Amino acid sequence: MPETLITPGVGGGLAAPTGRPIAVSIAGASKSFKLPRNRASTLKERVLQPRSARTFEWLHAVQNVSVDVEQGEFFGIVGRNGSGKSTLLKCLAGIYRLDAGTIMLRGSLSPFIELGVGFNMEMTARDNVIINAIMLGLSRREAIARFDEVIDFAELHDFLDLKLKNYSSGMLVRLAFSVSILVRADVLLIDEVLAVGDANFQQKCFDELERLKRQGRTVLFVTHDMASVERFCDRAMLMSHGNVLEIGDPATVARHYNILNFATAADGEEAAADVVDDLSTVHSDATIVGVWCEDEEGVRVEQQEHGRTGCVAIEVEFNQTVQDPIFTATLRNLAGTKVCCVSSQPDHGETGTFRAGDRVVSRLRYDNWLAAGRYVIDASIARHGTGADVLDYRPDAVSIVMYGARPTVGVVDLPSTFEITAR
Amino acid sequence: MTTELAAAQSAPDDRTELSPETIIEPSALGGDFRRMWSLALTLGTTEFRLRYLGSFLGYLWSLLRPMMFFGVMYVVFTQIFKLRSGAHYGVYMLCNIILWTFFLEVTSASIACLVAREGLLRKMRFPRLAIPLSVCLTSSFTLMMNLVVVVIFALANGVEPRWTWLEMPVIVALWAMLALGVGLILSVLYVRMRDVQPIWDVFSQILFYGSPLVYTLSRYPAHLQQYALINPVAALATQTAHAFVDPSYLSASAAMGGTVRLLAPLAVIVLVFGCGLWLFVRRAPLVAENL
Repeated sequence: MPETLITPGVGGGLAAPTGRPIAVSIAGASKSFKLPRNRASTLKERVLQPRSARTFEWLHAVQNVSVDVEQGEFFGIVGRNGSGKSTLLKCLAGIYRLDAGTIMLRGSLSPFIELGVGFNMEMTARDNVIINAIMLGLSRREAIARFDEVIDFAELHDFLDLKLKNYSSGMLVRLAFSVSILVRADVLLIDEVLAVGDANFQQKCFDELERLKRQGRTVLFVTHDMASVERFCDRAMLMSHGNVLEIGDPATVARHYNILNFATAADGEEAAADVVDDLSTVHSDATIVGVWCEDEEGVRVEQQEHGRTGCVAIEVEFNQTVQDPIFTATLRNLAGTKVCCVSSQPDHGETGTFRAGDRVVSRLRYDNWLAAGRYVIDASIARHGTGADVLDYRPDAVSIVMYGARPTVGVVDLPSTFEITAR
Repeated sequence: MTTELAAAQSAPDDRTELSPETIIEPSALGGDFRRMWSLALTLGTTEFRLRYLGSFLGYLWSLLRPMMFFGVMYVVFTQIFKLRSGAHYGVYMLCNIILWTFFLEVTSASIACLVAREGLLRKMRFPRLAIPLSVCLTSSFTLMMNLVVVVIFALANGVEPRWTWLEMPVIVALWAMLALGVGLILSVLYVRMRDVQPIWDVFSQILFYGSPLVYTLSRYPAHLQQYALINPVAALATQTAHAFVDPSYLSASAAMGGTVRLLAPLAVIVLVFGCGLWLFVRRAPLVAENL
């Protein structure tokens, strides 16, 4: 009974941002599982306890999810464990059947959601590549023809005749990813891929995904790694308890994911559920109302001379009692490199307790040894702890020009000395 | 439905290109028969290679087991019970034991095949039927090699090659069909009820000793013989004796009293296979959730 009613998702993310054709359309998708309280797995149990076999709970893994993903989009799906993202991906892949709603897509779909599915540890890499390629839908001839391509990509020439059980986990991921790119599907589904593998190979994988993207392939990507969401996704979707909380730009979604994570840790499940009903209220415990730069005399400036003490001022309004918050300012140069991060941590662990209505200005001072150029400052305030539980975050809050440094190829121009001694 | 969706959305031009065929749902057969076949073949040959490549004597083991069983049966039935009741009796027994071993291997391996491939079923979309089919294929490869040994044994025993040997491919195919049908039913039931395994162990024993495999049909009371052949295992064994071993054995149609009556065991085979297929197609899309 497919349901064609479409309800808009929170955050207005339903509408695709550009006019490209839609590759995947999910409409009102719902999936529930029966969880028997005391599942009868043998005939004897069924006969002896006919009643208990019938009591069960419903787990609503995915509830009324609607989203359109464009062709060529790199779409991230994030959420805590048990939020339904993997179930959604399995419905997408055609492994689970939806209870309600429809999923439609244009073009072919990769048939697997995890790398290395169907690898046989007892066989050599050579055999596994061929078998896996056939399992993924290639003909034997195609698989053999493209064998070298796989091995080149995986850089595993020396280990072709080694049984997979002797491979390291990193090598396995390499091989698995390399085989999977053989599949010329228009839509790729990827669940937690790149957790293993060295940084170099991860980059290579993402480069490959970028290349596929340019060819108009669409990637749906489930992960816990917010850094890769921010780096690679065009859009992201945040899920909680089977519902879509937000569909939007990756940075915002990643930040809300962290908020959600920490709200749950601090206040328990129910509080988190309340919090996430309206994400706009989440970070209202404290709001950054102003960010600016000052010189040593406390005068607002847009330029700073090399060698002097600089200052980033962050004005914050508190709406709730907050204890020992962390104030942070991050300076990025034009290349986007985070050059330095000045923070109230760890030197000033206790910043004090603030009550609702308090309005304060925090000043983060630093000795300016930065190379000349323009810098962009991100300001943030976070709850006491690791700093990941962000109360408010203002990227690109203000920019400043540093001058007076000697010409240098480095990102900083530190005070240095020089001497020569005779031996 | 596509048009309804198009109406509900603001971009009807894009929407209409999404054809209803691309709705994603799990299936037992998949749209693509060629893919299912190549997948089953790949899984089957892989399993076959794994089974025999790793062990020292390899294929010999899979021959040794039915041969040993045959040896024991032969000694018990001919030397102790003095049951020698037909020409080339040893060939008769060996042939049936090899075919029965195939049947038992397919059905027993089918029981847990879905559960054993859990990882694959949960992580990949493919026609589910490929898994039990691959089990059947793996055993078929062993059977082909075993049948070569049977033929050599038969020729050494003085059995004359006859035109009726050409019936054997049909008989083997019917065995395979029956085995696959039973395997499909068992594999689906096993997902929900784990005691299918011991039940089938017992039932297959009854089927083996209840059917004229190591003894001949003539051991049945005369008035029951024609009814005994409604059991497809009995019918196949009887026809094998007539077509392959020696024409002095009664053919299945003669024993049943008319060729038309052969439709009864055939119907049982088709029914079992049809039931298995129906059950599997109905239940397979949900298997991944119930594992």
